[in-house]
Amino acid sequence: MKLDSKIPEGPIADKWTNYKDHLKLVAPNNRPKIDVIVVGTGLAGSSAAASLAEMGYNVKAFCFQDSPRRAHSIAAQGGINAAKNYQNDGDSTFRLFYDTIKGGDYRAREANVHRLAEVSGNIIDQCVAQGVPFARDYGGNLDNRSFGGTQVQRTFYAAGQTGQQLLLGAYSSLSRQIGQGNIQMFNRHEMLDLVKIDGKARGIIARNLVTGEIERHSAHAVIIATGGYGNVYFLSTNAMGSNVTAGWKIHKQGAAFANPCYVQIHPTCIPVHGTNQSKLTLMSESLRNSGRIWVPKKKEDAEAIRAGKLKPTQLAEEDRDYYLERKYPAFGNLVPRDVASRAAKEVCDEGHGIEANDTNEGVYLDFSSEIQSKGRQTAYAKGNHHPTDEEVTKLGKQWLEEKYGNLFTMYQKITDENPYETPMKIYPAVHYTMGGVWVDYNLQSTIPGCFVAGEANFSDHGANRLGASALMQGLADGYFVLPYTVSNYLADEIRTGKISTDSPEFVEAENRVKDSINKFLNNNGSKTVDHFHKRLGLIMWNKVGMGRNEAGLTEAISEIAALKEEFYKDVYVPGSADELNQELEKALRVADFIDLGQLMAMDALQRKESCGGHFREEYQDSEGETLRDDENFSFVGAWEYMGYDISKEILNKEELKYEFIKIAARNYK
Amino acid sequence: MSAAKNININLKIWRQKNAKAKGSMETYKLDNVSTASSFLEMLDQLNEELVNEKKEPVAFDHDCREGICGMCSLYINGRAHGPDTGTTTCQLHMRKFNDGDTIFIEPWRSKAFPVVKDLVVDRSSFDRIQQAGGFVSVNTSGNTIDANATPINKGDADKSFEAAACIGCGACVATCKNGSAMLFVGAKVSQYALLPQGKVEATERVLNMVRQMDEEGFGNCTNTGACEVECPKGISLENIARMNREYLSASLKG
Repeated sequence: MKLDSKIPEGPIADKWTNYKDHLKLVAPNNRPKIDVIVVGTGLAGSSAAASLAEMGYNVKAFCFQDSPRRAHSIAAQGGINAAKNYQNDGDSTFRLFYDTIKGGDYRAREANVHRLAEVSGNIIDQCVAQGVPFARDYGGNLDNRSFGGTQVQRTFYAAGQTGQQLLLGAYSSLSRQIGQGNIQMFNRHEMLDLVKIDGKARGIIARNLVTGEIERHSAHAVIIATGGYGNVYFLSTNAMGSNVTAGWKIHKQGAAFANPCYVQIHPTCIPVHGTNQSKLTLMSESLRNSGRIWVPKKKEDAEAIRAGKLKPTQLAEEDRDYYLERKYPAFGNLVPRDVASRAAKEVCDEGHGIEANDTNEGVYLDFSSEIQSKGRQTAYAKGNHHPTDEEVTKLGKQWLEEKYGNLFTMYQKITDENPYETPMKIYPAVHYTMGGVWVDYNLQSTIPGCFVAGEANFSDHGANRLGASALMQGLADGYFVLPYTVSNYLADEIRTGKISTDSPEFVEAENRVKDSINKFLNNNGSKTVDHFHKRLGLIMWNKVGMGRNEAGLTEAISEIAALKEEFYKDVYVPGSADELNQELEKALRVADFIDLGQLMAMDALQRKESCGGHFREEYQDSEGETLRDDENFSFVGAWEYMGYDISKEILNKEELKYEFIKIAARNYK
Repeated sequence: MSAAKNININLKIWRQKNAKAKGSMETYKLDNVSTASSFLEMLDQLNEELVNEKKEPVAFDHDCREGICGMCSLYINGRAHGPDTGTTTCQLHMRKFNDGDTIFIEPWRSKAFPVVKDLVVDRSSFDRIQQAGGFVSVNTSGNTIDANATPINKGDADKSFEAAACIGCGACVATCKNGSAMLFVGAKVSQYALLPQGKVEATERVLNMVRQMDEEGFGNCTNTGACEVECPKGISLENIARMNREYLSASLKG
């Protein structure tokens, strides 16, 4: 397989502008003759579908939820980055570009990341024009905050519901186009295969999740914007329905899958409560602006806390280890996510964990210092220069409530503890996947006509994504990249005409889907889908999680291969094909997760270095920090499907060239 | 915090094969439910048992399970999203229930939200209301004005955000004795009415959205305020009043 990244020549700052100026166009009168399919309606999918429909293309959009507004982008909390420099703290396109490359531990493509930084400001302008109600200051201007891995305030936000507001903005544009008849929306539909004709993507097979009908849809281009694959771990912060099926199906049809081992384990999530747990909940990274992370210095204190004999608020200041501030004074509690997560694992592995669950895994996120300092500031601003302690505490809590109220409420609902009074308990959880379908500079996969956007592709975050960059990338891809690059591809399709769905390729793809459904329904096994999914999740978390090593990965590969055999032999799926059947939906998704899980372990095994979220225990420096091997591993690992046996997949390499940024060891100290 | 314990409960759940079938309440007994579990995890546990007994599991809508996607939609013991206030079903926890309790679970009940299966309903009427006018007509381009070119009063921006926080779950409709969608529509109208960007199309927006709302078969508002009480996001009745003002002034113009 040949990987051509199609990165344009020229200085980094001019690449995109020059390239865009020379892309082919489709004239307005030709656009209505061209069909485009968009699968997924999160930030990337909704924004792409709306933008392409506004241009005049015939768009069909698909989502598995009951409404496009429910895609999991809705749950993003903290914010969206943009190099606006509204806070006059020295931000620029170059700095956002630099921070993102460095944050990704020098494993992302320079040209893609620079383009992302370039269009970041346009995203904020576009969203404000749509009526997205971002947070503002008393002068009426947009407010900003800081996120991990940066020393500027470039994050725009809407309380702790930024993803919701941005998605509802994109959904409003999508709805406008649906209302005008430019987009045909298919709710409660799941893409189950890609149809290729003469090597090009020409359509999809989708299942109507209400009636069970298997439908054929043709198009001149197919855009996959179906999000990440974090649910391969069973427990993650992803929505229950988030899945890799669309991405995996195109992989099986010839799209390379890149860097599957790059997974983001987010440092601030609510710890696991028990074996019936179905998902994990994130507490936004923005909280690290105001909260200080600590564990008890003495193991006996940690033990007493777990046993309920000691309260965290009773522990004296000198008995607390603010380990991030201690180890990383320059960035403190705002180190990048991968660094913060590993540090939490380290202190818990050493016996300082405070959560009374099976693994004792949990650390504190404490707001008491912030309550005091913000309380005092607020009192002062109100002309009260000698506030009492009570007044300070009250004002400080009010300040927190205004800034993070919804997060604090959510925490209290889930844990039954009041975070205004006692520190939050947090622990890392699977959150985001940097890996994904390999795409070139046009966001086109190795299948012509099949584009991949947002979290579903691999392109911009390297081995670790910085906070508030996922929303930026999703909207950059959908609003400001795909409309140009997809048009360039479609310029050669204006003579193709309507694509028939009666061709043998459509029939064959439909039969493939029907066969796999019937196989599950007639299997008559003895165990539920969740039984297998949970077992897969445990293997992944223990052996392909925060700390990985050769022995564990080798075991994981064979255990997952064996699990696959058992799954197909013994899974039981009730009900029939021609009705709403949620167990069947899960079975089809878990089948793909099992394959992907094995590939992730293979990818982690071949990458004999540590970088970003990929931490190989064999490759660390004397202080336990990641040790990259730029000489041998400065490449994108793009896997090629070779059939049922995943161990046969072939690794292709795209070399990463750093022409504009000097590659260096990451240092947040 | 009370320590988690296990409780045994009885469930009365609405089962309905499909949109056309006649449904009925079925009884289930479920033991060893951790009070730390969420309500939906309790249903997962029930479904796991049902599937293991080769019985058909209960279909219900859910996705993010963190109270923001708006997909979960259960009527629990006669209340939308159950006994807790300011919460979605997915954020309701079993510690709100006691050992030996009998819990009634039904789908949203409203003419405009037909049942699809068991506890799953069709809320696409909400999408169609949004499609009728819930947007600012601005195309994608890199050439809109700078985001800070038009300062917006913080109070207005905050109120607009509070209205925009609606998750479109439909609890307001399900709980209303008239099956009215005024809180949902009022919130969307208000989000735009409070911002300068929304002013240009204000007249058409409110007329079109209200027309679509009526066509979908939602009832009228008689100011009982039940919607506000059950709204998981605390959307205020003020938004209905604002929509009525917008509607009146739009009608006079029209």
